[in-house]
Amino acid sequence: MSYAWHWEVFLQPAASGDATYLGWMLAGLEMTVALSLSAWIMALAFGALAGVLRTVPNRFLSGLAAVYVEVFRNIPLLVQLFIWYFVLPELLPPAWGNAFKQMNPVAQQFIAAVVCLGFFTSARVCEQVRSGIESLPRGQKNAGLALGLTLPQTYRHVMLPMAFRLIVPPLTSEFLNIFKNSAVASTIGLLELAAQGRQLVDYTAQPYESFIAVTLFYMLINVVVMTAMRKVERKAQVPGYLGSK
Amino acid sequence: MIYEFDWSSIPGALPFLWQGMKVTLEITATAIAVGIVWGTLLAMMRLSSVPVLSWFAAGYVNLFRSIPLLMVLLWFFLIVPRLLENVLGFPPGSDMRLSSAMIGFALFESAYYSEIIRAGIQSVPKGQIAAAYALGMSYGQAMRLVVLPQAFRNMIPLLLTQAIILFQDTSLVYVSALADFFGAAYKVGDRDGRLVELLLFAGAVYFVICFSASLLVKYFRKRAGA
Repeated sequence: MSYAWHWEVFLQPAASGDATYLGWMLAGLEMTVALSLSAWIMALAFGALAGVLRTVPNRFLSGLAAVYVEVFRNIPLLVQLFIWYFVLPELLPPAWGNAFKQMNPVAQQFIAAVVCLGFFTSARVCEQVRSGIESLPRGQKNAGLALGLTLPQTYRHVMLPMAFRLIVPPLTSEFLNIFKNSAVASTIGLLELAAQGRQLVDYTAQPYESFIAVTLFYMLINVVVMTAMRKVERKAQVPGYLGSK
Repeated sequence: MIYEFDWSSIPGALPFLWQGMKVTLEITATAIAVGIVWGTLLAMMRLSSVPVLSWFAAGYVNLFRSIPLLMVLLWFFLIVPRLLENVLGFPPGSDMRLSSAMIGFALFESAYYSEIIRAGIQSVPKGQIAAAYALGMSYGQAMRLVVLPQAFRNMIPLLLTQAIILFQDTSLVYVSALADFFGAAYKVGDRDGRLVELLLFAGAVYFVICFSASLLVKYFRKRAGA
């Protein structure tokens, strides 16, 4: 095979003139990280709320949370993204829909992607939170109630602090997933890492270098997140539980 | 609600959508079959005492698990066909999208399957292997006749759950403009200016299929527990 490798292509000025191709790729990396972190914050908030609702002794609330989880878990991420991006603005009251459509296109794509990834991941976080709460010995809740705490207080001061420490390892893998899933945002035109990779193939005519670089960037994200989460996991370990030292 | 729904383009498009669903199912079935076979081999390599094999399997699994599926598919749609044209002399421009999709999904999913299967193999008590060896079985016989059948029985719910995820993920072949079920729905919606209805319809179909399948998994799990 006679393929001319040109790794130096990344240092050449890009077609936009104001950056190198490496600059494009770093901009994509930045977008991927910003998108994933924003969506993760949202997923943690909604997931924790839904996870608590899933375990409360109220059939209506726990049923509602169960429906929430099933809806977001059983529709492909890509379909959800297209629904947020193409369908929802049409169904909103016209004033809101138009306000959304008049925004800067990048902002539209970014908001749709964050909301989509956030809800999608929150359903998974919810199931982890629920299993964390359910894995606690029943005595913890009873002891809280017997001390005169109300049910919300028992959740806040007794059960949730414990449950969150127990579910750090499964949350790590959800956190890794959100970075990988963020690549789907390239389908609505958001210029994150994968989209920049595709764009580089067209602009530089060096497909192998572009794709290898993007793949390496994703692996780098993976390693960084994993190393950081190891530290968090060690901090969060509950002495006396399985997996702790 | 100001938006006026018009579902009239769906009935006429059903045959086309069904064609798309067949593509989706074809990709899913191939990826499951190849994924389980190759995943089993990878899991056995990972657990083997030959360092080269276990390093290879660990490297393979970690590589595929650290990059997005979308990226793997782009590799298989944009890069691998060029490579084949250059190296094996395939005629340029031949349409390899369906086979690319199948191979891409199969290779990607086998990394995930191998982790499930590895856990399944490790869940079989060590005494079982020792007993098989004591009966004079070879490694291959012990795996095939004693360990794997028990491991697979324990893994059925997880394997099915992974299959549901895989079925949903096939919608990502959208990036190659291959008309799977989702791609077909998008094309019809785009053609008729009825994207809203078609996307909601596609979402509903996926939901019904995946939700029913997940109820089935729950049933299996309950039966296995009883």
